[in-house]
Amino acid sequence: MKVLVAVKRVVDYNVKIRVNSDQTGVETQNVKMSMNPFDEIAVEEGMRLKEAGTAKELIAVSIGPSQSQETIRTALAMGADRGILIETDTNLEPLGVAKCLKAVIEKENPDLVIVGKQAIDDDCAQTGQMLSALLGWSQGTFASKIAVDGDALKLTREVDGGLENVSLKMPAVVTADLRLNEPRYASLPNIMKAKKKPIDTTTPDELGVDVTPRLTVVSVTEPPKREAGTIVENVAQLVEKLRNEAKVI
Amino acid sequence: MSILVLAEHDNSELKPATLHAVTAAAELGDVHVLVAGSDCGAPADVAANISGVQKVLKADSSLYANDLAENLALLLVSLAPGYSHILAPATSRGKNVMPRVAALLDVAQISEIVSVKSEDTFVRPIYAGNAMATVKSGDAIKIITVRTTGFDAAPADGGSASVEDVAATEDAGLSSFVGAELTKSERPELTSAKVIISGGRGMQSGENFAMLEAVADKLGAAVGASRAAVDAGFVPNDYQVGQTGKVVAPDLYIAVGISGAIQHLAGMKDSKVIVAINKDEEAPIFQVADYGLVADLFDAVPEFSKELDG
Repeated sequence: MKVLVAVKRVVDYNVKIRVNSDQTGVETQNVKMSMNPFDEIAVEEGMRLKEAGTAKELIAVSIGPSQSQETIRTALAMGADRGILIETDTNLEPLGVAKCLKAVIEKENPDLVIVGKQAIDDDCAQTGQMLSALLGWSQGTFASKIAVDGDALKLTREVDGGLENVSLKMPAVVTADLRLNEPRYASLPNIMKAKKKPIDTTTPDELGVDVTPRLTVVSVTEPPKREAGTIVENVAQLVEKLRNEAKVI
Repeated sequence: MSILVLAEHDNSELKPATLHAVTAAAELGDVHVLVAGSDCGAPADVAANISGVQKVLKADSSLYANDLAENLALLLVSLAPGYSHILAPATSRGKNVMPRVAALLDVAQISEIVSVKSEDTFVRPIYAGNAMATVKSGDAIKIITVRTTGFDAAPADGGSASVEDVAATEDAGLSSFVGAELTKSERPELTSAKVIISGGRGMQSGENFAMLEAVADKLGAAVGASRAAVDAGFVPNDYQVGQTGKVVAPDLYIAVGISGAIQHLAGMKDSKVIVAINKDEEAPIFQVADYGLVADLFDAVPEFSKELDG
């Protein structure tokens, strides 16, 4: 079985982002960039399938500026076999990303695609579902457990009320949720090894994909700030304030 | 053109999230509500009473019994030609199916809007709510999920819409529902509760959540948790409040033993009143709290519970 994972280069989750001065986006100059945390979970799951002998090959794909190579290298250091970079400076929307991935998937023919359930920059949570729709495949979103069972994929999903179990016809697109696994750290030898692993580079044009954005960003602004309130002395004072000042209990 | 809202329901009850999506839709045009399910007559009738709803479409078929996105998306695509916008609340169900609908229609999806500026321009949070993006769509049909905390609930009665049956579309045959392990609780749902008390890593164990439950029962509150508490296995995943869990905005949010990572703040900072109880006075949660209590939660919570009786 062949598994393909998609990895996105995003502002590191520990960075406190700032809206840029012309209100067109957030400041990304001199800001630490990392792999989207949900995509790390996707790579880890691919690795576990490989280590279990279920998957023979794990391919990591990234779409974005040339620096996205670093994100692919991270996936390779975690154990992926090879990478594909779809290079573009266009600010892609999930639909464009899904179309690029579809083009690559039609060449590579993986049996399973795993992506993060959402990217922590645009918080869209769309790419996996869109990709699945474009391919006409089954989709398993917000996965907390997966198991390959012949031609089917047994999947546990995190839903609003708890957990849900579904069975998907393969090939399938899965989106990884937090509890699917705990991603490994790449060891130094594996980081060195990753430098020798192949990364193919292509572009949306070469793939014949139109990635023109469908949405125009009118402005990006700071949300209203919440001011810190008062520190109360004790529980009695807290209850008194909630009753008589805030009037919420 | 009319606006179609995908109703959130469990075949017996219509969920409050629907009411918030109806409010967003009403800012755009005439509102029709789609109730897709199996034996879903009851929620369809309830939807017909929502103030501002002109028509209810009922798609009653075993194909829609369990919200399989592959089947539900085909139904929505078949109805799309009659609508300028299709909205769903940004619940796990809405988030599952709507991007699939958008891709099948070859349009963008606009995720988790919190405000409608005009028929093609919307405001949505990005970067865990640390920035707000105003985006304009050039697509012929707008596929949107609605963050329920951004819109008031439409009045549940006052409407008198007709209920019309719509035909089911084919079975995509791609997936099947096996079963669910839903958390049973007598308490209100997190996303519609007026009061929430949440615990974090500081709770130390699942058993200790009983202290929060005691308070919750006195206040008619829901119990939530930070990611750390869910990852540690203290409570089930559906308790999680945050960027990638549930987004809530109750009248009162009590954070107990929660440090206040930006990912957690993203899920609760629009609450009207925030209380933080934490023994670490440097915890970032105090920067957003209206009332902070620097104390050991194992002393403070039982005392708080007792004070409520007084």
